[in-house]
Amino acid sequence: MKPPAFAYHRPETVGEALDLLAELGEEAKILAGGQSLVPLMNFRLAVPAHVVDVNGLTELTLSAQRGGVLRLGALTRHRELERSPLVAGAAPLLAAAAPFIGHPQIRSMGTLGGSLSHADPSAELPGCVLALDATVVAASARGERRIPAGEFFASHFTTTLESDELLVAVEVPVPAGRVGCAFTEVAARHGDFALAGAAAVVTLDDAGVVTDARVVCAAVAPTPVRVAAAEKLLTAGLPGGLTEVETAVQDSLDPTPELKVSARYKRRTAGVLARRAVEAALADAEGRAA
Amino acid sequence: MTTSTTTHTIDLTVNGIPRQVTVEPRTLLADTLRTQLRLTGTHLGCEHGVCGACTVLVDGEPARSCLLFTVSLVGRSVETVESLEEPGGRLNPLQQSFQDHHGLQCGFCTPGILMSLTALLRDEPHPDEGRVRDQVQGHICRCTGYQQLVDAALAVSDEDAEVAP
Amino acid sequence: MIGQSTKRREDLRLLRGRGQYVDDLDLPGVASMAVVRSTQPHARILGIDTAEAAAAPGVVGVFTAADLAEINQPWPVHLSNAALRPNEQRTLPVDKVRYVGELVAVVVAETRYQAEDACELVAVDYEPLPGSGHLSVSRDLPVPIHEDLGDNVAAHAVQTTGDVDAALAGAPRVLRETFSINRGGGHSMEGRAVAARYDRALGQFLVWDATQVPHQARALMAELYGVPQDRVRVIAPPDVGGGFGPKAGKYPEEILVPWLAKLLDRPVKFVEDRYEHFVSCTQEHLQLHRVEVAYDDDGMLLGLRDVFEHDTGAYASSLIVPLIAGTTVPGPYRIPALHIEFTSWFTNKVPSSAVRGAGRPQGVFVMERVMDRIADDLGLDPAEVRARNLIPADAFPYPVGLTFRDGSPLTYDSGNYPGLLEKGMAEIDYAGQRERQAQRRREGALRGIGVSVAVEGVGLGPFEGATVRMESTGRVTVVLGAPPQGQGFETTYAQICADALGVDQDTVDVVTGDTGTIAYGVGTFASRVMATAGPATAAGAREVRDKLFRSVAAVLEASPEDLEIRDGAVAVRGTDVAMPLAQAARMSNVGAPGVTMPAGTVAGLTATAYFNPASAGYSSSVQICVVEVDAETGEVEIVDWVVGHDCGTVINPLLVEGQVLGGVAHGLSNALYEESLYTDEGVPVTTSFLDYPIPSARELPRIRLYDQQTPSPLNPLGVKGAGEAGTLGVPAVIVSAVEDALRPHGVRIDTCPLSPGLLGDLISDAQTDAQNEARTEARTDTAATAGI
Repeated sequence: MKPPAFAYHRPETVGEALDLLAELGEEAKILAGGQSLVPLMNFRLAVPAHVVDVNGLTELTLSAQRGGVLRLGALTRHRELERSPLVAGAAPLLAAAAPFIGHPQIRSMGTLGGSLSHADPSAELPGCVLALDATVVAASARGERRIPAGEFFASHFTTTLESDELLVAVEVPVPAGRVGCAFTEVAARHGDFALAGAAAVVTLDDAGVVTDARVVCAAVAPTPVRVAAAEKLLTAGLPGGLTEVETAVQDSLDPTPELKVSARYKRRTAGVLARRAVEAALADAEGRAA
Repeated sequence: MTTSTTTHTIDLTVNGIPRQVTVEPRTLLADTLRTQLRLTGTHLGCEHGVCGACTVLVDGEPARSCLLFTVSLVGRSVETVESLEEPGGRLNPLQQSFQDHHGLQCGFCTPGILMSLTALLRDEPHPDEGRVRDQVQGHICRCTGYQQLVDAALAVSDEDAEVAP
Repeated sequence: MIGQSTKRREDLRLLRGRGQYVDDLDLPGVASMAVVRSTQPHARILGIDTAEAAAAPGVVGVFTAADLAEINQPWPVHLSNAALRPNEQRTLPVDKVRYVGELVAVVVAETRYQAEDACELVAVDYEPLPGSGHLSVSRDLPVPIHEDLGDNVAAHAVQTTGDVDAALAGAPRVLRETFSINRGGGHSMEGRAVAARYDRALGQFLVWDATQVPHQARALMAELYGVPQDRVRVIAPPDVGGGFGPKAGKYPEEILVPWLAKLLDRPVKFVEDRYEHFVSCTQEHLQLHRVEVAYDDDGMLLGLRDVFEHDTGAYASSLIVPLIAGTTVPGPYRIPALHIEFTSWFTNKVPSSAVRGAGRPQGVFVMERVMDRIADDLGLDPAEVRARNLIPADAFPYPVGLTFRDGSPLTYDSGNYPGLLEKGMAEIDYAGQRERQAQRRREGALRGIGVSVAVEGVGLGPFEGATVRMESTGRVTVVLGAPPQGQGFETTYAQICADALGVDQDTVDVVTGDTGTIAYGVGTFASRVMATAGPATAAGAREVRDKLFRSVAAVLEASPEDLEIRDGAVAVRGTDVAMPLAQAARMSNVGAPGVTMPAGTVAGLTATAYFNPASAGYSSSVQICVVEVDAETGEVEIVDWVVGHDCGTVINPLLVEGQVLGGVAHGLSNALYEESLYTDEGVPVTTSFLDYPIPSARELPRIRLYDQQTPSPLNPLGVKGAGEAGTLGVPAVIVSAVEDALRPHGVRIDTCPLSPGLLGDLISDAQTDAQNEARTEARTDTAATAGI
């Protein structure tokens, strides 16, 4: 299980990186944390002719909150999502989901940009950025492009990034007012990829009425999916109670079976997890001062 | 910018000592440590980032040395199990506690576990059982059932003295 | 020193990263071997083109069956059973491959990286044949896996005692159930590993092999190379990264590495990676048991018939796993009539072998499911049904009426099963747990309590040996044929030797697993070493003590009976007269050149003792576990768990606890997590830890241990075996507890492992059934009301 040979490139500026990607196109793989790419290479399931190592691009490590937006550099490690007070304050859903990603030894290296670009539908962060209505910032020698999370994930392990584009940052709207969030998943073992997962973000007005809701399920489709029906129920005040969320999710999904996991398990469990995530998110929001 | 298709010479620090190594781009850190630097305490158990046997500290953070290309570690600091012992080859308190509690059997996974716990104890000298189990969740041990090694870590956690360097 | 929790001396190097596992050995000039493995479950090999690989950078050589015909004769079958049909295995298959992962060719290169690069350049032309990934597919496979056999049956065997037909016909109650259990691989954290160099001066192959059976490996190598056994020296290094059974097998790579080292005139090594462990290291596969049990209205067993099928994979060199599984079924219970029958099937999967438990967890699972079903049928507490049927403590030796896999009658040597169960029920407060269960159920939680009782054949023959030597320094060396894989032999055998010889354990050194240092050995497996090498070590030490005392007595003009070892010297009791051990040893081991030894002294303070037990012994264990199940997700949470075991006399309690705890973890993995899966055609689909979960410290709960010691009469130490004890009862106790938790939903569980996906579906099926029933009843009611 040794990786195949490749040509190694270590750009020192984003500009250099983008020029390389423009030149190498599909031949190149971008190396960030390497926690998904290198296992694939060790199994020789990925055999890139060129590897562009972006770990020298310090500008991709920078994060800052400006106005109502938290901009997270693509090289933000999962450990930073887990531990950073900035993230805990401005994007608490990412902080809540981070402990579910692999193990501490993976989170120390794995990056936000890498996880999103890898686009594993059973991973945690793709669902979270969708639930947060985040924007992915992609750069190429042709210029910069801002992609809403809802348009970023195309299919299993496939995004709408072009081969010459580099994910440079993620912009997350900072919650204003009474916003609650929660993430939950079921995995074979803690830290493994989810068999089903759910994230919820809800906004309450001063009277405690849901004014906005986003419910996302993971590991049930080729991409993370927003469940509009569940969101509508929430903004309609959940006339039939929380179990409606569960049913709405189950009715909306059409998962395909995976190894040791049937489609009906995924559908049912996604509904359960969505209900639990919504319940926890509502409690979280209610706990915030009006 | 650096581009290399054959070999590349880089500087990094290993166990506090500046080292220069010449590697292919594809050479994994674990292999550099084991083969070139003859630090064979770091073991390869799965080579896909799950078992944790190869865990070392990179700039103080536990990381899988089977998932890192050495060439990418220019200027970084790597610590391996060989750095833990005290002068004269004496066991450090964590190592000693592992012996006292029978926290290892075949010993193959142990170096990685020691490195993860070392990182934890530096950050939090007195972790509780939940924190210890969280920290070692990224390690598979087929021999011990973990209980005795968790006890070993907790015994160190209970000590008043600062443990980790 | 026996009975003392001595800390392990091994740890001093292992904790400092100074262990010397095979891949750590410094062998200057060593080349790396990688393997081209079959990508086909079942196919004819039409041709292999190695030209491109041979020309690749760093390649030293590429070898196929055609290149190595000299050593590629069929493997001799060393361990046979009349029921096992001969099936030819060679180091490299000649005409067809029988499983994905089978060796097709090997590449030796300067580095492992280059060897793997070149493997990708070897082109193998296959003619695929229909393959079998399941024993049910093997039944009708058009081309048999071993074509000369005509079908895919590897073995069929029946054992009976009493009249089961009569028992079933006449019993007040009969249950018929089908149970399946799919156990996985060993997954020692170190894979298989072998390194070798050929020493031209000695004319000897020097082989470092991470094997559990160095003497057996030597025998196979010598036979295939056509050289006397002393031309092959196999050393199982003191540091082997776990074994768990699969490393007791023999593998083609072990044959190739030393031979290629000779052929290429440089050291060669092969280190199995994790992918290779999944596809080429032996594992246990599926067993499917069909059980009929007869019992009375009090739940007393009257007879049991178990007809089962076993998946043996592509080759079978023994019947260990099905034989042990079948004879483990009766367990701790009195069963007047038994019929145990199995068919072992070839499939296109990596060959099966013993994995920690070796069929025992399957046997325990079957019997304990039966006990739960009887309890359920009669409305009795599951612990009560077990207690009623246990063999009483005064019934030993207890003949079960079958033959164990060691060939001796299945007769339990000693034990106290009621005592062990009662102690466990007290330990966990069984009655209180039942009350808390009722309370939790009222609160809406699904809590269950499981019980399992198991008997484990251990300490299997034929023999193990030990050489004990008092060196001329006065230190003592114990040489064992059996090698450790983490069990702590260097510590425990020092304890035994020190105890028998009467010296300080710190003055005893233990050397293991080197065919160059002890003539014969069998190996480390089947929880057998303590019960064989233990008594051998004690006997050797006593013999050395005897020689030492006779020699010293002659010089000190004392009687040997008046001597003792005191402060590093042999002393006359009650006096100051003493001779330091080093002096005594020099006297016997070295003497003075050309000078006659004093009369009565013995030359050479060394003794080699072998111990061959009269039969296997039988350890026992009880597990009681409390779980809660999340009915919505199928997740299982363990609330409390006690494990009691009786392995006779305990040499080192700390280490035995470690063995039991590790065994429990392995069992929990079999119960809830790991499962090796194949397509029906035989393509493996779980080939990484991403698809094959092994629980971590997050998944393992705290386990409370208790023990009972019923010494074995079969050996002077009274020891049994503990290495597999923890594993045995775990699939049984977990499934027992989960089924109990789901009783309100009426869920029946006949299989394991229970992944959340499987359990979740079982629960939702039961809920759907219940809803349908309710609906049907409602409709009937409505119809009745309507007067239709």
